[in-house]
Amino acid sequence: MRVRGSVAGTGLSAVLALAAGSALADWSLLNMRDGVTSTSRAVHDLHMIILWVCVVIGIVVFGAMIYAMLRHRKSKGAVAAQFHESTAMEVIWTIIPIVILVSMAIPATKTLLAMEDTSKADMSIKITGIQWKWKYDYIDGEAAGISLISSLHPDHNAARLRGASGSVENLREQFGDTYLREVDNPLVIPTGQKVRFLLTGADVIHSWWVPDLGWKKDAIPGFVNESWTRVDKPGVYRGKCAELCGKDHGFMPIVVVAMAPDDYKAWVVRQKAHVAQAAAAADRVWSKEDLIARGQDVYRTNCAACHQPNGQGLPPAFPALAGSPISNGSDASQHVEAVMSGRPGTAMAAYKGLLNDVDLAAVITYERNAWGNSGGVVQPAEIKAAR
Amino acid sequence: MSMATATHDADHDHGPAKGLKRWITTTNHKDIGTLYLVFALTMFFIGGAMAMVIRAELFQPGMQLVDPQFFNSMITVHALVMIFGAVMPAFTGLANWLIPMMIGAPDMALPRMNNLSFWILPFAFTLLLSTFFMEGGGPAGGWTLYPPLSLQMGEGFPFMIFAIHLAGISSIMGSINVIVTILNMRAPGMTLMKMPLFVWTWLITAYLLIATMPVLAGAVTMLLTDKFAGTSFFNAAGGGDPVMYQHIFWFFGHPEVYILILPAFGIISAIVPTFARKPLFGYSSMVYATTSIAFLSFIVWAHHMFTVGMPVVGELFFMYATMMIAVPTGVKVFNWVSTMWKGAMSFETPMLFAIGFIMMFTIGGFSGLMLAIAPADFQYHDTYFVVAHFHYVLVTGAIYSIMAATYYWLPKWTGKMYDERLGKIHFWVSTLSVNVLFFPQHFLGLAGMPRRIPDYSVQFADWNMVSSIGGFVFGASQLLFLWVVIKTVRGGKKATDRVWEGANGLEWTLSSPPPYHSFSEAPVIK
Amino acid sequence: MTHTANDYYVPHGSYWPIVAAIAMFITVIGAALWINGELNGRLVLFIGLGLVAFMMFGWFGTVIRENLKGVYNDQVDRSFRQGMMWFIFSEAMFFAAFFGALFYARVLSVPWLLGMDSGFSTHEVLWPGFSEAWPTNGPGDVGGEFRPMGPWGLPALNTLLLLSSGVTITLSHWALKAGDRGRSVLWLIVTALLGASFLGLQAYEYIHAYTELDLTLASGIYGSTFFMLTGFHGMHVTIGTVMLIVIALRTAKGHFTADNHFAFEGVAWYWHFVDVVWLGLFIFVYVL
Ligand code: HEA
Ligand code: HEA
Ligand code: HEC
Ligand code: CUA
Ligand SMILES: [Cu+2]
Repeated sequence: MRVRGSVAGTGLSAVLALAAGSALADWSLLNMRDGVTSTSRAVHDLHMIILWVCVVIGIVVFGAMIYAMLRHRKSKGAVAAQFHESTAMEVIWTIIPIVILVSMAIPATKTLLAMEDTSKADMSIKITGIQWKWKYDYIDGEAAGISLISSLHPDHNAARLRGASGSVENLREQFGDTYLREVDNPLVIPTGQKVRFLLTGADVIHSWWVPDLGWKKDAIPGFVNESWTRVDKPGVYRGKCAELCGKDHGFMPIVVVAMAPDDYKAWVVRQKAHVAQAAAAADRVWSKEDLIARGQDVYRTNCAACHQPNGQGLPPAFPALAGSPISNGSDASQHVEAVMSGRPGTAMAAYKGLLNDVDLAAVITYERNAWGNSGGVVQPAEIKAAR
Repeated sequence: MSMATATHDADHDHGPAKGLKRWITTTNHKDIGTLYLVFALTMFFIGGAMAMVIRAELFQPGMQLVDPQFFNSMITVHALVMIFGAVMPAFTGLANWLIPMMIGAPDMALPRMNNLSFWILPFAFTLLLSTFFMEGGGPAGGWTLYPPLSLQMGEGFPFMIFAIHLAGISSIMGSINVIVTILNMRAPGMTLMKMPLFVWTWLITAYLLIATMPVLAGAVTMLLTDKFAGTSFFNAAGGGDPVMYQHIFWFFGHPEVYILILPAFGIISAIVPTFARKPLFGYSSMVYATTSIAFLSFIVWAHHMFTVGMPVVGELFFMYATMMIAVPTGVKVFNWVSTMWKGAMSFETPMLFAIGFIMMFTIGGFSGLMLAIAPADFQYHDTYFVVAHFHYVLVTGAIYSIMAATYYWLPKWTGKMYDERLGKIHFWVSTLSVNVLFFPQHFLGLAGMPRRIPDYSVQFADWNMVSSIGGFVFGASQLLFLWVVIKTVRGGKKATDRVWEGANGLEWTLSSPPPYHSFSEAPVIK
Repeated sequence: MTHTANDYYVPHGSYWPIVAAIAMFITVIGAALWINGELNGRLVLFIGLGLVAFMMFGWFGTVIRENLKGVYNDQVDRSFRQGMMWFIFSEAMFFAAFFGALFYARVLSVPWLLGMDSGFSTHEVLWPGFSEAWPTNGPGDVGGEFRPMGPWGLPALNTLLLLSSGVTITLSHWALKAGDRGRSVLWLIVTALLGASFLGLQAYEYIHAYTELDLTLASGIYGSTFFMLTGFHGMHVTIGTVMLIVIALRTAKGHFTADNHFAFEGVAWYWHFVDVVWLGLFIFVYVL
C-alpha cells in the first residue's frame, strides 16, 4: 500500500497503515546503514549500542511513570504520600547514569581516534566544494594531475525545476532511487586502498558526506580538513552536500565509484589521455563555432545555476549576462578578469582554479555570443597569458 | 517623606489607564506579562505558518510551491521567529506575570525598563520580517547565520543584523529585571531555598542570557563589519577563520538552548506536585541540577561543530562534557517521576501537558545524547535526525511547557476557568500529531536525508508525507488552543482563588484574577 | 491602602519607554539604510540619535526628579545598583566576544594558516607562501602592507591617563562621602579631562595608523581586531566621559548627599570597568 491511499485518514492512521506497508518496512529506510568501510561499521555499531541503551533507560523511566499514573491516581482512591527526599536514591541515580556514560565514552573514544588518523595513506585527493558542485583533484600517485568537476546530472537538473517533476511516480520511474543523487562526473577511487581526502571550499562552507563511508567533513574556504576512507567493496556510493551552502544546497550530490584496482588503473589511463588532449587543445587556435559549442556545455554545468540558462540571471542577486556591457564590446579583458578572479565577497567564485584554459575560453566566448551578445572570441592562449 | 507618600498614594489609586494608553505606557508586571504572551502567541503563529510552508514543499519530492532560495529563508526565519519571537518572549511573559506573585513582591524591580524591554520586540521583528520585501529577500543562511554564506544576503542584511541587536538588548534588559527582582524583591522570609523552582530556573536563565546575548551581539557585529567594513574576522585570506564565527555563535547558542528549556523545567516542577498532590521530590537537588546544567552549558558548545575539523582533543573534550549534561537532566526527570510516585494524581489539561513534556522531552534528550557521541555525530550531523532531536526538545519541550503553564495559570490570570473538554482534545490531538510530525524525521535522518533541503530523493517520499500530514494536523490543533484561550478570556466559569486543589505557592493566595498591584503589603512567609 | 516610606516605588505609566523603542527603531533603520548606501540613511540615523538623546534627557530627568522628591527607598536604590552591575557584566561579555576573536586568531587560526598543529595541509595546499606570524594581515595580504602599532608611545601614555583617572574618580568619591562637594566636583572635572585627553590621543593614534602606518580596519585580522577592540573601547570612554560631565554638573547642583548618590557610583563603576578593559587591551592588543 502506498501513501496516497491513506492521505484521507488522520495522521495516525496514516502511520499505522504505512508501517504495515512495504515501502516503510524496509530497514534501510529506518536506520543508519552499516556501510562499506571499517569506519562506517564501527560508527554503526556505536549507534546501535547507544540506541539500545537509551531504549532500555526509556523503558525503565517511562515504565515507572506509567505504573504510577495507572496505580496512584486519585480517581482510584489513592492517598498521596508526603515523602519528598531520599539522599540515597538521589545518589544512586546520579551514579548509575555516570557509569553508563563512561561505558559509552570508551568505545566512542576508540572509534574517534581511529577515524581521525589520516597517516599512512596510499593516495590523496583534494576535494573542493563550490556553489554548487564538487571539484576533485588527484594530487599524488598514478592518477596525479587528473581533475574532475562533478555537478548534478543534467536530467535531474531539469526535473528539479519548479513544477517540472510531475508526480512521485514519474520521478520514481525516471530515476529510481537516484533522484538528485546522480552526477555527471563521479569520483573514482580504488578499493582496498587508504585514500586521504583534503577538503576545502571555494566560496562558502560545504560538507562532503557519503553515508556508506561513515562520516562527513566540512569543506571550509581557506582551510584544509583531512579525512580518509578505505572501501572494501566495488560499487557506487551516493551522498550529498550536508552543509547549507545557498540556493542549490539541495542539489549538490556526491557519487563515489569504488573500482577494483585493475579497473581503476584502466580508468586512470583513460583520464590521463583526456588530460593530455586538453593540454594540447589549449595550445591550438580554436574556431568560434567549436568554442561556442563547448562553451555552452561548460556554461550549463557551471554557470547556469546563477546566471540562468537564458543569461538573464536572477537580479539583483545574480546579474544578467545577456546584453550586459561586460559581455559585449571588443575588449574582453574585463570579462576574462571577472570570470577568472571572481568577485570576492559575492557568490561569484574565481574560476581560474576551477576550469582549464580551454573551458574558460569556451565559456567566455559562449557568453559573448549567446543571447544576442556580440563580443567576439577569446582563445585559450589568451587565458593562459592572463594566468 | 510625607510628600512621597502623597504622590505614591495617588498613583496607586489610578489603577490601569484606559484604552491603548494602558498598554503603551504600562509599568505593571501583569500588563507587561500579557503583552509578552500575546506577542509570543502571534509570533508562534507566524513562525508556524512558515513551518507549514516548509512542510508543504516537503510533502512530495520535486519542487512544487516555492523557489529554493525562498525555502531557505523560510527555514531561517521560521527558526529565528520561533526562538527569539515565540519561546523566549513567552517565558519572559510568564516571568513577568508570575515571579512577583511567587516571591511576594509588589511588581518587577525596574518597571519602566520592563516596558521598554517589551516594546523593543515588535519593532525588532518588524525589521526582521521587512527584509522579505527588500532586494535579495529575507535571510536564507540558516538561523545560525554562518559566514561566508550569510554574507551573501542582499539589502536586508543590515536590517536583519540590527533586528538581532534589538532583540538582544530587549532580552538583556528583561533578564536584568528578572535577576534584580528575584535577588532584591523577595518578601521577608522568602529565602532563596524557599523560592518556587520556576523562580530558581528563571534566575539561572536570566544569568545565562546576560552572559551570552552580548556575545551573540558581538558575533553578528563582526558579520556586519566583515561584509561592509572590510574586516577579516571570518576570512582566511586575512588571517581569520569562518569557523571562528561558529565558535562564538555556539558559545551563545548552546546556553541559548538551555535558556529555552530551564524555565520549562520550572513550570513542570510546579505543575507535577499540584496534580500529584504531593510535594516536589528533591527540591534542593533540583536547584543544584539547574545550576550544574547552566555551568556545563558553557563548555559544550563545539558539539555543534564536530565536523568542522577540530583537533581531536577538542572533539573528545566537547564529547565528554556534553555527555555529562545527561546526569543533572536525568536527576530532574527522576525527581519528577518520584514526585508522581505514590501521589494521588488527577489528569487535568496542565498535567497532561506536563506528562507529555516529561516523556517527549526525554526522548529528545536521548537523541541529544546520541548526537553527543562525536563519531556517530559524523553521520547524524546536519540530517533530519538533528531536526527531530531539537523539535522534540523545543516543541514537545519548550512549547509544551508553555501550553501547560497557560492552562495552569490562565484561571488565575483571568479569574475564569478554561473549557476542560476542549483543553483535553487539544492535548490529545496535538500529542498524537506532533509525534506523527517529528518521530519519522529520526528515520529520515538515519536513512540519509540532509536537513535544509527543499527537494529530496524519492525513497524519502513516504515518511516526508507522513511528517507533513502530522504537521498540518498539529498546526490546525493550535487553532483550537487559540480558541480555548479566547473563549476563557471572553467568559467562563468563575475560578476559585486556589483554582487547583493541590496548588501551593503565594500566587494562589491572591484572588483570581489578582488585584492590579499584587502584594502592596508584603506577605509573611512561614 | 496605607503607605509608608518603606514602600517600594512603582512608577505609574510612562511614555519614555515607547519613545525609547521608537528612537532605537529609527536609529537602526537609518544606520541600515546608510550602510546600504541609501542617500537619506544618514539623515534618518541622526533623527534617530536625536530622539535617543531627547529620550535620555526626559527619562533620566524624570528619575532624577523622583529621586529628589525622595520616593526611592533603600530597596529601590539596591535595585538600581544591582541593575547597573548586571549591565556592566553584560558589557564585559560583549568585549569578551572580541577578545575571544583575538585569542582565536592568535592561538589557532593564524598558526594553522602557517601550517602548525593540524594546519599542515592547509598551509601546504592553500597558502604555501605564507610565513608571517602575528601581527599579520593574513596569507591574502588583505588591506596591503602595514606596520603594527607599538605599545610604548601613545598607548602607554594613554594607559597612564586612564589609570590616573581611576584614582581621581576615587578621590572625588571620597570627597563626596566626606561632604566636600567642591572638591568632589573638581576631581570629577579632572577625571573627565583625563578621559577627554585619552580620546584625543586615541584619535591622533588612529590618524597616525591610517596615514603613516597604513594600518586600517581592513588590514586583515590584525587591523580588524585592533580597531574593533580599541574602537568599541573608545566608544565606551566617550560615553563614560559624557556621564562624568553629567554627574559633575549634578554634584555641583547638589543632587547627591554623602550617603545617597547611586548615579555617582554607577558612573564610577562604569569608569573602572572601562579602565579594566583598557588594561586587557593594552596587554593583549599592544604589548603581547
Ligand atoms: C531546548 C533546547 C535543547 C535542549 C534541552 C537540548 C539538549 C541536548 N542537546 Fe541539543 N540541540 C538543540 C536544542 C536543544 N538540545 C538545537 C536547537 C539543536 C540544533 C541547532 C542547529 O544546528 O540548528 C541541537 C543540536 C544538538 C547537537 C548537535 C547536533 C549536530 O548538529 O550534529 C548535539 C550534539 O551533541 C546536541 C546534544 C544535546 C544534549 C546531549 C542535550 C542534553 O541536554 C539532553 C539531556 C537529557 C537526557 C539525556 C534525557 C533525560 C535523562 C535521563 C532519563 C537520565 C539517564 C540518561 C542517560 C544516562 C542516557 N544537541
Ligand atoms: C522553538 C522553536 C521551534 C518551533 C516551535 C518549531 C516548530 C515547528 N517546526 Fe521548526 N525549526 C526550528 C525551531 C522550531 N520549530 C529551528 C531552530 C530550525 C532549524 C532552522 C535552520 O535549519 O536554520 C527548524 C527547522 C524546521 C524544519 C527543517 C527545515 C529544514 O531543515 O529544511 C522543519 C521541517 O519540517 C520544521 C518544522 C516545524 C513544524 C512543523 C513546527 C510546528 O510545531 C509548528 C506548529 C505551529 C503552527 C503550525 C502555527 C499555528 C497554526 C496556524 C498558523 C494555522 C494555520 C495552519 C494550518 C491550518 C495547518 N522546522
Ligand atoms: C554561485 C553563483 C554563481 C555562479 C555559479 C557563477 N556566477 Fe558569475 N556572478 C555571480 C554573482 C553573484 C555575480 C555578481 C558579482 C557582483 O556583485 O559584482 C557574478 C558576476 C559575473 C560576471 C560579471 C558580470 C558583470 O556585469 O559585472 C561574469 C562575467 C560572470 N559572473 C560570469 C560567470 C561565469 C562564466 C560562470 C561560470 C563559469 C559564472 N559566472 C558562475 C554568481 C555566480
Ligand atoms: Cu554545498 Cu551544501
Ligand atoms: Cu548544543
